[in-house]
Amino acid sequence: MKTTKSNNEDWDLVLESGRADKHYWKDLWRYRDLFYILSWRDIKVRYKQTVLGAAWSIIRPLLTTIIFTIVFSKIAKLDNPGNAPYALMVFAGMLPWQFFSNALSESSNSLIGNANLITKVYFPRLIIPASSVITSLLDFAISFLILIVMMFWYHYIPSWHIVFLPVFIILAFLCAFGVGLYLTAVNVKYRDFRYIIPFIIQFGLYITPVGFSSSVIGEKWKFLYALNPMVGIIDGFRWCILGDPMNWHSFIFSFVVIVIFLIIGIAYFRKMEKSFADNI
Amino acid sequence: MSKIIEVRGLSKSYIINHEGKESYTALRDVIAQKAKKIFSFPNWKSLNKTQEEFWALKDIDFEIEQGDRVGIIGRNGAGKSTLLKILSRITEPTNGSIKIKGRIASLLEVGTGFHPELSGRENIYLNGAILGMSRAEIKKHFDAIVDFAEVEKFLDTPVKRYSSGMYVRLAFAVAAHLEPEILIVDEVLAVGDAQFQKKCLGKMEDVSKNEGRTVLFVSHNMGVVSQLCTSAILLNKGTIDYNGKVASVVDKYLRNQSATNDFNYNEVVNGIKPNFIESIKIKNTEDQFVSSFSFDQQIVIEFTCQINHYSPDLLIGIGMQDKSNSRVFTVVKEIDFFMDNKSGQLRGELTLPQSLFAPNVYSFVFALWTKMGVIHDVAENVCVISIHDNGTSLAAFEGADYGSVIINPTWKSC
Repeated sequence: MKTTKSNNEDWDLVLESGRADKHYWKDLWRYRDLFYILSWRDIKVRYKQTVLGAAWSIIRPLLTTIIFTIVFSKIAKLDNPGNAPYALMVFAGMLPWQFFSNALSESSNSLIGNANLITKVYFPRLIIPASSVITSLLDFAISFLILIVMMFWYHYIPSWHIVFLPVFIILAFLCAFGVGLYLTAVNVKYRDFRYIIPFIIQFGLYITPVGFSSSVIGEKWKFLYALNPMVGIIDGFRWCILGDPMNWHSFIFSFVVIVIFLIIGIAYFRKMEKSFADNI
Repeated sequence: MSKIIEVRGLSKSYIINHEGKESYTALRDVIAQKAKKIFSFPNWKSLNKTQEEFWALKDIDFEIEQGDRVGIIGRNGAGKSTLLKILSRITEPTNGSIKIKGRIASLLEVGTGFHPELSGRENIYLNGAILGMSRAEIKKHFDAIVDFAEVEKFLDTPVKRYSSGMYVRLAFAVAAHLEPEILIVDEVLAVGDAQFQKKCLGKMEDVSKNEGRTVLFVSHNMGVVSQLCTSAILLNKGTIDYNGKVASVVDKYLRNQSATNDFNYNEVVNGIKPNFIESIKIKNTEDQFVSSFSFDQQIVIEFTCQINHYSPDLLIGIGMQDKSNSRVFTVVKEIDFFMDNKSGQLRGELTLPQSLFAPNVYSFVFALWTKMGVIHDVAENVCVISIHDNGTSLAAFEGADYGSVIINPTWKSC
């Protein structure tokens, strides 16, 4: 018994069915260059192929912001608890939402889009959805520039809370990553699932406070509403950028939901990962 | 020598769906089936009938020593690709275990992850990273890779503008500069020109002999396997048929190729064509149906055709093709030779001369047509045969492209 055990330790790699791979996280580190290079490939190819390229990531949030401002501020006459202009408030919510929805749709299709890699080479599969979320960060950065321009336009000086913005960007990243991992794994198994994803994203926009402040939601529904993790993130963005009041209780709710999504996403992805090559 | 790979009781099964045409599961089908299960529980068993378990590999055991060059051979569907996929960690075994020492790099396809829009330079980095090299490693080998691929001038051109030869050269060059302890190569050398193939083989030999690396190589080309490998494993229907020195395994493989690749007409189409080719069989002069011949054996082609609309204009043509589908020869005969003036079954035989066709793999083309050029029936790429070398004057060059015939001309010194 003892000899077989020491024998096993002589080997660098043991492949068995259902074996929990203790090398996985080490491998992830060894393949760290691949994160960078796959995101770089996606960015490069995207901006090479579309003439609009960067312009697209400016036009889309800008137009949506204008429409939302008109609809929610002028037509629905919803009030704005902070002292920032309404358009600025909409845009501060639009930023994380656009990032989330882009990252989600990119990452949920990422495995299918890279099927040729999955069936031909080994590397930790987690890299593919992760790098597609990283790619979406670039669009986020471009949109962020518009925010700065808008601030100049409105002569608006951000509050000192802005130093905490990276925390919320990371949260938005983790949120998109967690949900994206789950969806992309489901997408490999059930190929018609991708038709549902745009619907999920569109539905999400309606239950997320992008065009309005979450303060318009009644006190009774606050906590239920915070189960949508993007509520906490968007509130956080507005707190950082505009100094709007922040409901920390409901933020903790959102935070817990993000962590749960992330854990479920990683666990499900790791479980399904082994059969990706057979199913894809 | 020490063991570098140990495989014990390795099996892999796949579930085949007979019902669905799609290779993937659709959520709507799963939901529909679940619903069916709820509402009609007594016959839920019938659902499983459409699924069948298929063992691509069954109970494989073998060991590989460090520095070995092992050829993995077998017919289509023998389990070669599955074995490579498990070894390279793309898919998981169903049972059994594999123990490996050191890093593995696999080359199951040339240019995995190459993006057509990106330049050669960018693709070297991309492909290298995908194959598991760090950026520092790629930088270190960059010049050597470019040099090996002979693409200096086109480094900044998108690879979609590359010729297929350049593409393959670049892709192989990246893979060749990986520094794993174990290199797994699928049939990737089948592409590219002969000169580059030679270079690749040389590189692989070099990697193994001088650097002590272990190479696993899958190929249908017995010449290349014999040339490159020291030992071989013959797979057949998911099990190991034979495992040993390369020469004896290759010999066994060629001899075991029975007459299963005969051509037989599909009965469904039977009624549509008035005149059609019924069967084509390849045999030796002793009337044994085989598909591998030695160089000095005669090859006999036995064929039957069904002629329902007889016409004296009908011709029968038989051609032989080499591996790249170039025609080696064509012979034509009038139908009158086989039958006179009435419809019915046509039977014939064609005997090819011995000691002429170079050791290689060939297939046949068979056609029925009229002098006016109206084609009645064609069977292409049928009856694959292999001719193996048993001591020709060119035996030393086996695997190289020296033509399709070996002739014995008269030399004279003047």
